[in-house]
Amino acid sequence: MSTVVETHDHGHHGPAKGLTRWLYTTNHKDIGTLYLWFSCLMLFIGGSMAMVIRAELFQPGLQIVEPEFFNQMTTNHGLIMVFGVIMPAFVGLANWMLPMQIGAPDMALPRLNNLSFWLLPMAFGILISTLFMPEGGPNFGWTFYAPLSTTYAPSTVNYFIFSVHIMGISSILGSINIITTIFNMRAPGMTLMKMPLFVWSWLITAYLLIAVMPVLAGVVTMMLMDINFGTSFFNAGGGGDPVLFQHVFWFFGHPEVYIMILPAFGIASHIIETFSRKPIFGYTSMVYAMSSIAILSFVVWAHHMFTVGMPLAGELFFMYSTMLIAIPTGVKVFNWIATMYRGSITFETPMLFAIAFVALFTIGGFSGLMLAIVPADFQYHDTYFVVAHFHYVLVPGSLFGIIAGVYYWLPKWTGNMYDETLGQLHFWLTFISVNLTFFPMHFVGLAGMPRRYPDYALQFADFNMVISVGAFLFGITQLLLVFIVIKSIRAGKKAKPEVWEGAGELGLEWTLESPAPYHTFTVQPQVK
Amino acid sequence: MAYLSKFSFKFYQIIFLILPATLLGEAADYNMSVGVTEVSREIFDLHMLIFWVCVWIGVVVFGIMFWSLWKYRKSKGAVAADFDDNFWLEIGWTVAATLILVVIAVPSTQVMVKAYDDAEGEINIMVTGHQWKWHYKYLEDDISFFSNLSTDPEQIYNKMPKGEFYLKEVDEPLVIPINKRIRFLITGNDVIHSWWVPDFAVKQDAIPGFINTAWTNVPEPGIYRGNCTELCGIRHAFMPVVVRAVEQEEYDAWVVEKVMLAEQEKLLTSKEWTTEELFERGEGFYQTNCVACHQVNGQGIPPVFPALEGSQITLNDAPRQIEILMEGVQGAAMASYAGYSEVDIAAVITYTRQAWSNGENGDGVIVTPQDIVAYKNKTEL
Amino acid sequence: MFAFGWALVPIYDVFCEITGLNGKVTGPSYLSETSQDMTVHREVLIQFMTHNNESMPWTFKSEKVQMRIKTGSQQEAMFVFENTTEKEMTGQVIPSVSPGRGAEFFHKTECFCFEQQTLAAGERIELPVRFIVDPALPKEIGSLSLGYTLFDITDQLKRNQELAKL
Repeated sequence: MSTVVETHDHGHHGPAKGLTRWLYTTNHKDIGTLYLWFSCLMLFIGGSMAMVIRAELFQPGLQIVEPEFFNQMTTNHGLIMVFGVIMPAFVGLANWMLPMQIGAPDMALPRLNNLSFWLLPMAFGILISTLFMPEGGPNFGWTFYAPLSTTYAPSTVNYFIFSVHIMGISSILGSINIITTIFNMRAPGMTLMKMPLFVWSWLITAYLLIAVMPVLAGVVTMMLMDINFGTSFFNAGGGGDPVLFQHVFWFFGHPEVYIMILPAFGIASHIIETFSRKPIFGYTSMVYAMSSIAILSFVVWAHHMFTVGMPLAGELFFMYSTMLIAIPTGVKVFNWIATMYRGSITFETPMLFAIAFVALFTIGGFSGLMLAIVPADFQYHDTYFVVAHFHYVLVPGSLFGIIAGVYYWLPKWTGNMYDETLGQLHFWLTFISVNLTFFPMHFVGLAGMPRRYPDYALQFADFNMVISVGAFLFGITQLLLVFIVIKSIRAGKKAKPEVWEGAGELGLEWTLESPAPYHTFTVQPQVK
Repeated sequence: MAYLSKFSFKFYQIIFLILPATLLGEAADYNMSVGVTEVSREIFDLHMLIFWVCVWIGVVVFGIMFWSLWKYRKSKGAVAADFDDNFWLEIGWTVAATLILVVIAVPSTQVMVKAYDDAEGEINIMVTGHQWKWHYKYLEDDISFFSNLSTDPEQIYNKMPKGEFYLKEVDEPLVIPINKRIRFLITGNDVIHSWWVPDFAVKQDAIPGFINTAWTNVPEPGIYRGNCTELCGIRHAFMPVVVRAVEQEEYDAWVVEKVMLAEQEKLLTSKEWTTEELFERGEGFYQTNCVACHQVNGQGIPPVFPALEGSQITLNDAPRQIEILMEGVQGAAMASYAGYSEVDIAAVITYTRQAWSNGENGDGVIVTPQDIVAYKNKTEL
Repeated sequence: MFAFGWALVPIYDVFCEITGLNGKVTGPSYLSETSQDMTVHREVLIQFMTHNNESMPWTFKSEKVQMRIKTGSQQEAMFVFENTTEKEMTGQVIPSVSPGRGAEFFHKTECFCFEQQTLAAGERIELPVRFIVDPALPKEIGSLSLGYTLFDITDQLKRNQELAKL
């Protein structure tokens, strides 16, 4: 009895010890950490696939891998980066920060939270295991267009389908949890329009996820039935339609694109206001901009398929609706800049990443606008120009958002400041290599190099070599990030509760001590 | 290895001149092809228009951003102002963004309508994407043929220097006359492919079971090269498009010659072939059509592409081999080659039964064009 | 939304039928009364393209490659099917009209593509497509291209029958 009383002495439990802490945890901070490390591991797995791709493309000719394996690499690189890196990293950040930002003790559904994380290693275990099977893994591109992914797919496609189902369930459960938490567990006084922008961005993202992940599940189930049960959803011979696949896939796929960028918008907003020492400009319009981006994302999907032979009216509709998205996106960029204007700006690592995010994401937005123009898209479609575009929005966009968020909140998690010098070095190396990698892709794309090519004509050789060198540098540089994070976990200058000068007034998370205790806000704070 | 040193030289050049890419050489290396047709030129102009619009927005937006970052840096003692919205400013830039979009949308729509012209074509060509080659069929004349990559696999595997048109050359290009309205009717045989010729600004998906149309009118003779742009499997990168645009007279002559060649081909079938003749012809056919999968040495790439050397079929089962060539193999990458001439099929079968160690180890049965004709007759009973 | 994902399949079919997206044409259709009353007829070029999907070994050809016809009048085109193999096979022809928006003006009253065709080994048959091109066909459409792709569904049928037995 006395021991029990003693452990309760300090009023809260610490984490359990050993492996079971991580297996059974229902603590939002532990689960957030798991998500982030999982995403980091996947970043290096998906990244090494990119390295294989770039090594093969370093010179024209087939040197290192055969086209069959090359196709498996491009496919798995895409799937892992989208579903295994960007999405889990955002969920990890949400797990860590949402309860702390809204003044809640934990997520609303902690056990569900544990389940939705532990589904992920299963899903990716299954997906990656296919690479070691005799027939090889999925080789039909991350967009898995039928009939290449049905009639003509290796039989391992069934593992792929199963794995996508599990990822989908994980995302849906995670989203339910986030929505429930945001609606039910906000501190008294925190109205919707007082919520931090990261919370807003995740609320919208979670709705998008719930809306479209089931559509993805539907489309892979149709594939499963076409392959194994004799249906003909996508088989023209049985009265089906391969183009239908693309419509259903992109009905999921386009909102998915915004799922991968909206939380980064939220993170960038926080960082820019912190380091400009000035509240975010146009909070309300930021919220409306994110909402309208989310709504518009449901009516633009066919801009991914301008060359399938749609009627003129269809092409024009999707061109105009896509162009419309530039408006709310533009508003967000203008707001960030207006936040910087007449601020008092310092350039710590998170701010550097956030500034690079704004600038480079905008470049990705410009190429997105160009791609929206149907006649021009006839020339851009399925070339490296597209590859350049979506890497600009996903790497210096989403990934920079995540890295910025990690640097920004790391002292809150570990209680130690990260090494600022190394952080700056990491930023500059990353910034240079990311542009070295992805900027020349615009050139080779315009000059006519199609994507998903293991070999190419001689005219593209020079740029491809530059791209590969940039990619290798980018890959190696990310090891530095891991080093910096581990270093900050182990030791470092102790962080103050507010961590960043003046941040104490910007959000509830900065009123907590650093590192944040295992249980926080067991008594809800009051928001004025 | 000579090309290696050339690359490393260029590489340093690019590292230092990455941004002023214009200094590097011809625009074709880093910008969209202007092309030769009216539509392609208009698309190029449109592309440049949007590009410059984006550049100018970028200059203004980034200009203000970097100026703010510089001017209001804390190290210079900047003190943060306290404002967080401005109604008219926000309305202003929303309206400005909308206006810019309208300015872009108008010309885009005009070009779009032009590219979607459904008028009758003077020459109609059916383009079919196969794994992994293109098939062209002229609807007006009785001409049809496959167009295969003609780059030597030795070049691809870096065993010999790469030619000027590495991966952009085919054994038989599509031939069209200039100043004629050509209508392409595009479909796919197996998976989705996409037929792209940048100089015509024509890119259309080739979808099995569906016909898509595109058109062009080429004003200048020349050779125009393009690619397959929809991932279609292993050899997606190895099925280029080559179009030869010629003067009307040359085109007419080509048509006559093509029809005549087809007649001759029929005569060849009845000729008595020796093993050597068949072997020689078969070797040529094998190099163009088979090496991609079954490899020059006949080893294939198991398990996807089976080896031909030492296979029971190529050694001892000629009837089955004929059947495979004529019908293809269900559920595998092996397609039917029944569309080729009897001579070619007989020759390539004979070749694979004689080449490598197969001649010594197999039953040595020779397949002649008459055997193929017999197969066709038998199945037509 | 999962249900919605599935609902997209019929929604898409209906949508395609209304808009002619992808040149989808399904069952028989007839001229509407208003277009029957239209007296302005014009000439239009009809092209027939036949294609055997994958390794379908049958001979499948249209007797004419192109024909110039008058809108509003009943037309017929003959197609030859021949099973060149030694076994019974079933084929299904999938039609496609290009340009897609022309599909709604192309009215087929009879087509071999409405049903599966089973041919015994070596059997040869000739089947017609009977159609009327709507006089309301927009004048920008100069020609209608009709693609017919012949798919081998023998194995698929067999498999479905086996599945049905389970």
